Amino acid sequence: MKSENYIKLEFPSKSVNEGFARAAAAAFAAQLDPTLEELGDIKTAVSEAVTNCIVHAYPDELGRISMRLRIMSGGRLEIVVKDAGRGIEDVAKAREPLFTTGGEERSGMGFTIMESFMDKLRVRSSPGRGTTVTMLRAIKPRTGAR
Amino acid sequence: MRISTAYDAGKLVIRLAGELDHHGAREAMREIDGLIDEYLPRDTALDMEGLSFMDSSGIAVILKTDRRMREMGGRASVINPARQPLRVIDASGIDRMISVKGARRQ
Repeated sequence: MKSENYIKLEFPSKSVNEGFARAAAAAFAAQLDPTLEELGDIKTAVSEAVTNCIVHAYPDELGRISMRLRIMSGGRLEIVVKDAGRGIEDVAKAREPLFTTGGEERSGMGFTIMESFMDKLRVRSSPGRGTTVTMLRAIKPRTGAR
Repeated sequence: MRISTAYDAGKLVIRLAGELDHHGAREAMREIDGLIDEYLPRDTALDMEGLSFMDSSGIAVILKTDRRMREMGGRASVINPARQPLRVIDASGIDRMISVKGARRQ
């Protein structure tokens, strides 16, 4: 698939970077002329994916998180969030609503929200080696401008 | 994340403003707990009109506030959620468990 534009970012798993990651994703996606709602959906999904890395991939240490955004033909946005942390034993279980290993500070709704705000969500994980979350979202062209 | 309050006749309104994510959630919950201890309200409403962003960390804060209020025989609710927090609330389905009022769905 032809990539029309992309960015790649890497940052340590500090929670202060959650806000940075979603703002950076929104700033890059802005060139697709998304609605406020689409922009909010992108920010929310990125926030969930990056928070998962910080809480679950690197629970006791700082690790590297990489985020790649690609704009593809037809105004489709691909977001890839990748870590090299401890991985997920049972991805199907982790994707179930309300399932969490994060205690009462977490709601267990992260994957559910990514799923409902994006058109596609793919989770690849191998225990001890890390997790890659890939999300796709089509941004509808608005009438008039463009 | 900024927090302010109003209290009247057993009802505590906690206004959340700014962005509520995992980074700020622990501090927000600590402050909310402190306010509930201080006022011992019958009902607590989380006013989300000024909340420009919230992710599932906000859902955990809402659920924890509700648990806390139920332990005291009271209730928690969400009022005036802005559009983005409302989409997260809708996607999570917690409005089946907790009252959400004053939402502008248009």
